[in-house]
Amino acid sequence: MVNENDAEASFVPMSSAPDKWLRKEHLPHIWCPGCGIGTILRQVIEQFTKLGWKNDDVVFVTGIGCTGRASGYVNAQTLHTIHGRALPTATGIKMARPDMHVVAMLGDGDGVGIGGNHFIHAAKRNIGVTAIVVNNRIYGMTGGQVSPTTPQGSKSTTTPYGNVEPSMDVCKLALGAGATFVARVHTANPVYVGQIIGRALQHDGFAVVEVLSQCPTYFGRFNGMPDPVQMLQWFKENTFMAKSPEDEKEGKIPIGVFKDDKTTPELSKSYRNLWEA
Amino acid sequence: MKVALETNQLIALAMKQIEPHVVAAYPITPSTEVVQEFSQYVANGDVRTEFVPVESEHSAMSACLAASLSGARVMTATASQGLAFMWEMLHIAAASRAPIVTIVANRALSAPINIHGDHADSMGARDTGWLQLWAETAQEAYDNTIQAIKIAEDPRVRFPMLVNYDGFTTSHAVETVEILEDDQVRNFIGSIPKPQYSLLDTEHPTSFGVLALQDYYMEFRKAQAEAYKNVKDVVLEVADAYAKLTGRKYGILEDYKLDDADVVLVAMNSAAGTAKDTVDALRKEGKKVGVLKIRLFRPFPVEEIREALKNAKAVAVMDRAYTFGGPAGPLFEEVATAMVNQNQKPLLGDFVTGLGGRDITTDEIKQIFDTGYKALEKGAFEPLVNWVGVRE
Repeated sequence: MVNENDAEASFVPMSSAPDKWLRKEHLPHIWCPGCGIGTILRQVIEQFTKLGWKNDDVVFVTGIGCTGRASGYVNAQTLHTIHGRALPTATGIKMARPDMHVVAMLGDGDGVGIGGNHFIHAAKRNIGVTAIVVNNRIYGMTGGQVSPTTPQGSKSTTTPYGNVEPSMDVCKLALGAGATFVARVHTANPVYVGQIIGRALQHDGFAVVEVLSQCPTYFGRFNGMPDPVQMLQWFKENTFMAKSPEDEKEGKIPIGVFKDDKTTPELSKSYRNLWEA
Repeated sequence: MKVALETNQLIALAMKQIEPHVVAAYPITPSTEVVQEFSQYVANGDVRTEFVPVESEHSAMSACLAASLSGARVMTATASQGLAFMWEMLHIAAASRAPIVTIVANRALSAPINIHGDHADSMGARDTGWLQLWAETAQEAYDNTIQAIKIAEDPRVRFPMLVNYDGFTTSHAVETVEILEDDQVRNFIGSIPKPQYSLLDTEHPTSFGVLALQDYYMEFRKAQAEAYKNVKDVVLEVADAYAKLTGRKYGILEDYKLDDADVVLVAMNSAAGTAKDTVDALRKEGKKVGVLKIRLFRPFPVEEIREALKNAKAVAVMDRAYTFGGPAGPLFEEVATAMVNQNQKPLLGDFVTGLGGRDITTDEIKQIFDTGYKALEKGAFEPLVNWVGVRE
């Protein structure tokens, strides 16, 4: 098990990952100053480099929203689908080309809002896709409306006095639906984000990494944390390393690897075994 | 009273004045602000509307449908992929006679992804059975929103209605407009007439969405098709009543310098304004040109189009959408169908312009009129379909 403190103590060395994995002609990116998505994307491409993957062997799929824009910047086979449909598209790609590394980067709306049904079924099928769910707990691209993961009581442009609905727990949903690798991390510790994404990318089955990410522009500004540093500090102070998303500690958010099941067969392999039988 | 507001904010204000019972919506650019601003009226207690921030547009239209069938006054707003995602529910809402009013800030469809003004979304909904009003300006969008409630809910109509205006060009533009007092709006629209059949009338249980196969499906569809014949009269009655209240008179179409026009341009939404300015400039050069603006697109006003175009020699139809694999753009097909069996008809040509928010300039509209004059010399528009302002 990775120790969070060890990870925190390390640092990101100079790297060739951006040269290899980013379409620099498309930069600068559109994300707001202080946004967490860039931190996460950097960790994703660092892991691609570390794993020695080739650009042509990676299919990078996104939906719509702030996170959806990532497919424009990644130098691989990329597909920018519509809102919520990254996972069924990724499923089709993996079934057709099981030899490819299929990575889907989703927002909370894509993942468990408009695309929630696809998320459940990708997990149930155990399709060999890595789903990185960037959870900023708000709809950023359209201007800060309530999302399925907006915490109860939190403010957004459509819940100006606080959200009355309970929020969706991405990891519990993934576990309940049958995902075989499930983890939650946060952007205040990017090295740990990278380590866990690295494990998820190597996992043979449906792997979910929920990354709690800061949206200072909307979530932060509406909820008393307009400075991204405040939001990162909040992640540090309000999370704890746990073995299960059910674990409780002073109302804090559990983070860590909650499931790593290497025995359940991956869907595209099961199909090919059936054809060959 | 005059206010200067962004059109989306203005429409949110109109919704506040209407105070529907239920609004279920999902954010999508460029219509998001309509329901976002409206949700703040709800949160502040300015209206007693039930606001449901659902998880998708499909769910939004499903919630709106059920609420409307229960007899509630229902509104929502969307655009582009959002309207497309509502598609199967749109048909059901129309066939179930659910008078939902949906605001659409018209936007292009993917792929490629584009968030700007284009009519592909509502043109894609033209066969769903929804009524459609289109607006050149913020003032028209406001006036249409209020009139749409009264038209859609009229017992002679009871069909859902789309209220269209161009994404960004209109939705995000600030315009000074004349608005009504809240009381004036509420008195004008009145309370929603009680439907003959209601989902929540527990004394008289009713089934909606029933099965009708080879035995009765066609009769249902014919009955629905017949019901659109009442709509134009109601649109005009509501327009008359609205004119008495506001002094602003609307029709089914708007003629601009058509009486003696040889070359006429047919346009919808914001481009109609640019076209009128172009006509003014060309008239100074002695050219007899005019604009026909379509306000009511569904039901399509066949007789009115024939009447309006009867003296024209060449008609250029501006399409801000395209029917891929079809003979021309959607508006051209409709206009051409209206004219097809007329003994005397003008030459007709189609001009595809402004897709994905590309600017439609007066220079381009001048080119279109020029092409109309050339068609008069040649005796035909050749080619039939012209893409304007596009790189080859």
